[in-house]
Amino acid sequence: MSDNSTPFLKADSIVKEYRIDGTEIRALDNVSIEVYKGELMSIVGKSGSGKSTLMHILGLLDTPSSGKVILNGDEVSRLKERYIAKVRNNEIGFVFQSFHLLQRATALENVMLPLMYSSVPKHLWIKMAKEKLDLVGLSDRMDNKSNELSGGQKQRVAIARALVNDPSIILADEPTGNLDSKTGESIFELFTTLNKQGKTIVLVTHDEELSQKTNRQIALKDGKIVQYLNI
Amino acid sequence: MKIIDISRTSIRSLNANRGRSVLTILGVVIGVFSVVTLVSIGRGMQNYIEDQFNALGSNLLFVAPGKADFGGDPSASQTRNKLEEKHVDLIKNSAGDMFVTVSPYVVAGANVKYKTKTYFANIQGIDSKDQKTYNYELQQGRFFTKAEQNTSAKIAIIGPLVVDELFGTRSPLDSRIKVNDETYLVIGTFKEKGSNFDDGVIVPYTTAKETFDIQYVSSIVAKVKNQEDVELATREIKIALLNDLKEDDFSVLSQTDILSTIQSILQILTIGIGSIAGISLLVGGIGIMNIMLVSVTERTREIGLRKALGATQFDIAYQFLIESVFLSIGGGFIGLILGWLGTFISAQFLRTEIPFWAILLAFGFSVFVGVVFGTYPALKAAKKDPVEALRYE
Repeated sequence: MSDNSTPFLKADSIVKEYRIDGTEIRALDNVSIEVYKGELMSIVGKSGSGKSTLMHILGLLDTPSSGKVILNGDEVSRLKERYIAKVRNNEIGFVFQSFHLLQRATALENVMLPLMYSSVPKHLWIKMAKEKLDLVGLSDRMDNKSNELSGGQKQRVAIARALVNDPSIILADEPTGNLDSKTGESIFELFTTLNKQGKTIVLVTHDEELSQKTNRQIALKDGKIVQYLNI
Repeated sequence: MKIIDISRTSIRSLNANRGRSVLTILGVVIGVFSVVTLVSIGRGMQNYIEDQFNALGSNLLFVAPGKADFGGDPSASQTRNKLEEKHVDLIKNSAGDMFVTVSPYVVAGANVKYKTKTYFANIQGIDSKDQKTYNYELQQGRFFTKAEQNTSAKIAIIGPLVVDELFGTRSPLDSRIKVNDETYLVIGTFKEKGSNFDDGVIVPYTTAKETFDIQYVSSIVAKVKNQEDVELATREIKIALLNDLKEDDFSVLSQTDILSTIQSILQILTIGIGSIAGISLLVGGIGIMNIMLVSVTERTREIGLRKALGATQFDIAYQFLIESVFLSIGGGFIGLILGWLGTFISAQFLRTEIPFWAILLAFGFSVFVGVVFGTYPALKAAKKDPVEALRYE
């Protein structure tokens, strides 16, 4: 469902190499992908295929050994650390398999966390966080500590947190991996709803069935793209 | 704005590990406490000694037996004492016009008894002319006369502490007290002079020599007429005494000599104990660093998450640094309060004074320790790779 002919996020000829115990491991081998505004796409592959590494590079958590990441026409992969942090804060929302919520903080405080590192004026924080919690259907749980929430609720909080800064793209790494299938489905439905509201979402998963529900799939194997599939 | 919010995060995480935070700051607490307490005791001691000397009056020169070098065994100089009354005359004859008085001084500690009560007092045998030399002011009665001195009369003028202990509220005048089992008549009392003069019993030096069966005098005290002649007078005394004594047999000390020597010893002592206490601050700092390193490791995933959400290295470093600074400031503050309490309690037995610089130093040093020992863990946190950090189990 791309509403734009030019990709707004592009990974160009990405190579990522690691050295583990003296042997070179090529996690990504010349991978190029394009993400269009407003689409719901997935990167699918087995464990070790390089899909998480690709997501980390797209999300500017990791730097490629060679190749470029281009966001809105600018190369962002080689920016200075503090600019990269700013891009992560403004443009990218992460959703992780293991939620990564702060245990001692309430749902609302967890959702507000990205705002602390943004330039958004403080008096708007609570309002913005409440809006997003409302959007994921948790407005009645916002004062609960994260360890008082169920797995599905935790992931909803994490999604609200990813949305709070109104990023250009949501990168979700196995977002249903720690959930039972029914809860997983409801989380996926939340993603499709958000996508219909205009959010660009990239889902990283090993679950081919889930992947097939997205508009576009890219399959990775041993660090290479083996299949493009458009629906 | 952002800085305040990050600081609040730090306080919250310290609060969540309250027990650990308290144990961590103990080192700094003890360090600051000991610096403040020890320095104020040392400082109080310096003031005390200064006051002692001021109470003595100025322009005084002391001829002490032996070589005064403030080293070795002080009693050795008394056992080899060669100072006698004739040396007083020797000084008088050769340079008498420079001095108001030159007189012998005999001192001994002894039990003083009145009826059933006993008090260990400082028996000071002085010359009849020396009431002014030592600035003794009479409370009651009279001082002894030259005639009484010449006949070694058993009479005494007693200090306020001795009055309190032996007589309470009764008047001690014309009472008979026993000093070393000899009966003395109390003819007067003197006013409070402050410091340890107040437990004195003043008797004619001739009487003291008899009572304690001493051949020699404890020292010779000379009061110089003009302050500016103190140096010259010192030389004159030496010249006079060298006619009969060897150079090692005596030393001439002025008040300022003694005072400055003692002051410098105390100063070194104060700095010394202060520094030893400072080491415990250092150890406290290492404790903080240790616990901060543990905290950084424990919160690796949180660091990864914060970075993924847009925290810069500076934000992360700041968050952890502010935690260690809060720990050390908290420790410093508690240490100061305890130090103040400690000083207050010691003030019941000792003279103390908390110098302002000691407070600044102890507190400043504890903040410094927090920054120095917090920096390494904070940088370690800031440098963490976000991908690795998020994966950390």
